[in-house]
Amino acid sequence: MTKVIFRSATAGEFTVHVEPGVSLMHAAVQAGIDGIVADCGGQCQCATCHVYVEEAYADLLPAMSEDEDDMLEITASERTDRSRLSCQLVVDKHIDEVVVELPERQR
Amino acid sequence: MSADVGRPRSVVIVGAGHAGFTVASELRVEGYDGEITLLDEHGQLPYQRPPLSKAYLNGDLSADRLPFRSEGYYARARIDFRGDEGVTGIDRDAKTVTTAAGRTFGYDALVLATGAAAIRPPFFVPGLIGLIELRTAQDADRLIRAMGRIKRVVVVGGGFIGLEVACAARKHDLAVDLVEMQPRVMSRVVGQTVSRYALEAHRAIGINVHLGARVTRVEHRDGRAYGVILDSGEFLPSDAIVLGLGIRPRTGLAEAVGLAVDNGVVVNEFLETSDPAISAIGDCCSFPYPYGDQRVRLESVQNATDQARNVAKRLTGNRTPYCDVPWFWSDQGGMKLQIAGAAIDDDREVVLGDRTTGRFSVLRFYGDRLVCGESVNSTGDHVSLRTLVAHGTDPGVVTQLADPETADLRQLARTLRHPSS
Repeated sequence: MTKVIFRSATAGEFTVHVEPGVSLMHAAVQAGIDGIVADCGGQCQCATCHVYVEEAYADLLPAMSEDEDDMLEITASERTDRSRLSCQLVVDKHIDEVVVELPERQR
Repeated sequence: MSADVGRPRSVVIVGAGHAGFTVASELRVEGYDGEITLLDEHGQLPYQRPPLSKAYLNGDLSADRLPFRSEGYYARARIDFRGDEGVTGIDRDAKTVTTAAGRTFGYDALVLATGAAAIRPPFFVPGLIGLIELRTAQDADRLIRAMGRIKRVVVVGGGFIGLEVACAARKHDLAVDLVEMQPRVMSRVVGQTVSRYALEAHRAIGINVHLGARVTRVEHRDGRAYGVILDSGEFLPSDAIVLGLGIRPRTGLAEAVGLAVDNGVVVNEFLETSDPAISAIGDCCSFPYPYGDQRVRLESVQNATDQARNVAKRLTGNRTPYCDVPWFWSDQGGMKLQIAGAAIDDDREVVLGDRTTGRFSVLRFYGDRLVCGESVNSTGDHVSLRTLVAHGTDPGVVTQLADPETADLRQLARTLRHPSS
């Protein structure tokens, strides 16, 4: 299980234990974390599952595809080099922990 | 005594599909503190529809990933979700709705998100084994079970659902015949270029596409279908027949209480019906199209969720006309099709990129307006086109896009999004 910490500037911190093969987006919506919207349900179409991955964990996660890179153009909050779409961040058993920051808004 | 409909103390939502669910969740996101009642008739947790003809059908998504939220979410968000309360009537004077179970729910604001039903053709035979519609998760489960057992399938309808199902069936190694009434596939929704490209791609993977053909009869024996007869007289044997003939909006509740209905429940640019306390959104409503001169009814997740968001904002005091650019996606085998805008009328197409590479976009113009962009395996283009279609009447934009040799969608879109940079 991967321990994932979602940090929000306004709402504190949420910790979720995520099974291998599950995306951070899916784990967040199932846990009821409000800062992830996921309109398209994880199809990399809506850019409303945006997160900022803390630097130390960036390399642990799956590489960014061209589609994800394209979709990140239209996030509601500013895109930085730590920006990822959490529907594409699927954890595996080798990842112990990931920390991400939630953006100010998804829409 | 009437409450201020702009600041309701109670909101009742009829239908918990993409539109209905999103109104409920977005009301809380917008800080709404009153009562939210979300009524549905399907008897299960609200769930997503697109995967039913895509990843779920292909076996790439498990059933537990379909619901929008886990069961615990509704209690936490103080959303009174009731999955077994199909609404049968509205009393506009008393401001209540009544359900099939005989319960009544009072509202200050009512949102109709009743969606649409699969169109049933004249040849439909109720209860026939092997005749399958695709609208709900139960339908998808029936189809998956069938595909696991059978060798041949006939798909009726060459729209998005029909083509997605046909591709999934080929992935299951079934023999596939697809029957489309019009001379081209996806004729209601894409232009000639993409239509032709899709036809060739689908034929190349072995889908037998019959254009300009119509099913007149389902052949059956002992309650089980074994093929179809076309209007040409041709018989197509099959173990299952999947219907993808489109949907019709569910407007019965609105009609029964005298709300205007015309290709859906009629709403204004604020998504209000002729009754100021009642809104209608998603597949069931027709509204003034913000990028054209007509009323439209759009069938997409984007339309459902963005309209839901607009209503949630209005009900929390933030009233703005609905003007989101429509967008849509369809996964058909190896072809990822994305559309920005809606070409209700168009008169020319400009192709950007090389069709032989399988990655290209088609810009559709109507007069001097960019009305729609269709992208095949080009998410970058599509993302840009969402912005460009919003500026489709800007003469500078249209001029720059008219020349496929020099058009730079990304650059132009970025400039429009950040005019100061």
